[in-house]
Amino acid sequence: MPVHRINWFKYAAPQNFFALAGRLIPWFSIAAAVLCVAGLYLGLWLAPTDAQQGDAYRIIFVHVPAAWMSMVVYLAMAFWAAIGLIFNSRLSYMLASAVAPTGAWMTFLALWTGALWGKPTWGTYWVWDARLTSELVLLFLYFGFMALHAAIDDLRRADRSAALLAIVGVVNVPIIYFSVQWWNTLHQGASVSLTKAPSMAPPMLIGMLVMAIAFWMYCIAVSLARARTIILERERHARWTQRTLGAA
Amino acid sequence: MMWANGSQFFAMGGYGLYVWGSIGMCVLAVATELGALVLRRRACRQQPPEFDGESTQ
Amino acid sequence: MSRTGPPAAAAAPAASVPDAMRCLLLRDIRLAVRRRADTLSALVFFVLVASLFPLGVGPDSALLRTMGPGVVWVAALLAAMLPLGRMFADDYQDGTLEQLLLSACPLPLLVSAKIAAHWLCSGFLLALVSPLLAVQFDLGWPATGVLILSLLLGTPVLSLVGAVGAALTVGVRGAAVLMPLLVLPLFIPVLIFGAAAVEASRSGLGVAGHFSLLGAFAVLAVVGAPLATAAALRIAVE
Repeated sequence: MPVHRINWFKYAAPQNFFALAGRLIPWFSIAAAVLCVAGLYLGLWLAPTDAQQGDAYRIIFVHVPAAWMSMVVYLAMAFWAAIGLIFNSRLSYMLASAVAPTGAWMTFLALWTGALWGKPTWGTYWVWDARLTSELVLLFLYFGFMALHAAIDDLRRADRSAALLAIVGVVNVPIIYFSVQWWNTLHQGASVSLTKAPSMAPPMLIGMLVMAIAFWMYCIAVSLARARTIILERERHARWTQRTLGAA
Repeated sequence: MMWANGSQFFAMGGYGLYVWGSIGMCVLAVATELGALVLRRRACRQQPPEFDGESTQ
Repeated sequence: MSRTGPPAAAAAPAASVPDAMRCLLLRDIRLAVRRRADTLSALVFFVLVASLFPLGVGPDSALLRTMGPGVVWVAALLAAMLPLGRMFADDYQDGTLEQLLLSACPLPLLVSAKIAAHWLCSGFLLALVSPLLAVQFDLGWPATGVLILSLLLGTPVLSLVGAVGAALTVGVRGAAVLMPLLVLPLFIPVLIFGAAAVEASRSGLGVAGHFSLLGAFAVLAVVGAPLATAAALRIAVE
């Protein structure tokens, strides 16, 4: 009896990936929306007030997921960059470019929500806390990737240069994070961690995890949608693209 | 069930500005990202097609 | 009809790798010496930027002493970055870079020679000039010595990591503004530990830890940066 096997490599062709992504986006979008509602219900409505930080701590339900996603997306970007450089596949570069803006948004949200958490808790909007400072550097790394890609006219060179930059960045992120953390403890004496979450009661912990997954689903959905647009932009010469653009 | 009524929920124990400011910015970020993507897709459609006539794809 | 054969060429000895590297190193230094103005402008920029900070925050000597290590280091970072664009741009324009890529000598080694030449004409000189700035910020003796040493150890890392940025942006429109954006975040660890070493020396604390880390960064950069730069140059030229 013939074993039915999926040939995953067929999806390395932009045309096939385009169709696959189109089928997946609704599922990820719905998952993101449902989990987000559930997570916010758990976090904002059900979870108890924290003894030390009052209700301001509830910002962690968006701050921590955004911070996690900012790092996960950078890893994904570097992963696709590496795959692109090793296997020389067009689609990998497109995926790296597709996730970058989403990662930058997540980083921005981590910084914004971190600042709003800092104000009621520590008195100022920006406290040079190790995590926030590293997030700021990560935002610069995202901008660098996008700026380098945009500055080079030759698409192939742009893809490969930006991919190399992403890999150099991913190697540096742990070094930068360690350095900044050391710098922070040196200058602030006792390790004052802005982002130290209160000891978590179950609704808090579950709420945060649910929100983290919700953010993850959202990032995947938006990245797939952007990847589809990038594929259309780059494959404009192909017949199937004409049909798709013409039909819709 | 933490909140006695809706207005307490919105006040968030005095930290309403910060909590809703954070969540509001997330909503704004999502809206901007999706909006930019829609605009980009629309611009892609309006571009004249570069049909080379030879592609077999 | 007699064919004029090719002129009998003496069999040229194949250039050994160290010879090629030395040749490239000396050539780049010679070129930099001919363009003395560029090198001197970077040094003047260094002193100028560091001098701007006291003008911005006031002459209170206690404050300046506290700020000094960080300010001098940031000024060194910026001044070390100025000549980076030049590293590959001229060679890219006149075709030398393509010749280098075709050479039998491994590209990372050739790149190391270029980076060494660049450092000798930028970071090295910055370290030598830094005592002037130490005086401006009243850092005192052991701290000034630590400043010179930390710059001697840290600026090669800046040249190495900066070379990757220079190679990625060679020939790109707007490279002058883009390259700092790419490269400055990567400088942060060196900045943190370099400035901290001087600060520690000023407060009488030990600097061994900071120097070990700077040394570790230097080793990492010496191993990794030429490889990344070579890869970036191939991407840029091919």
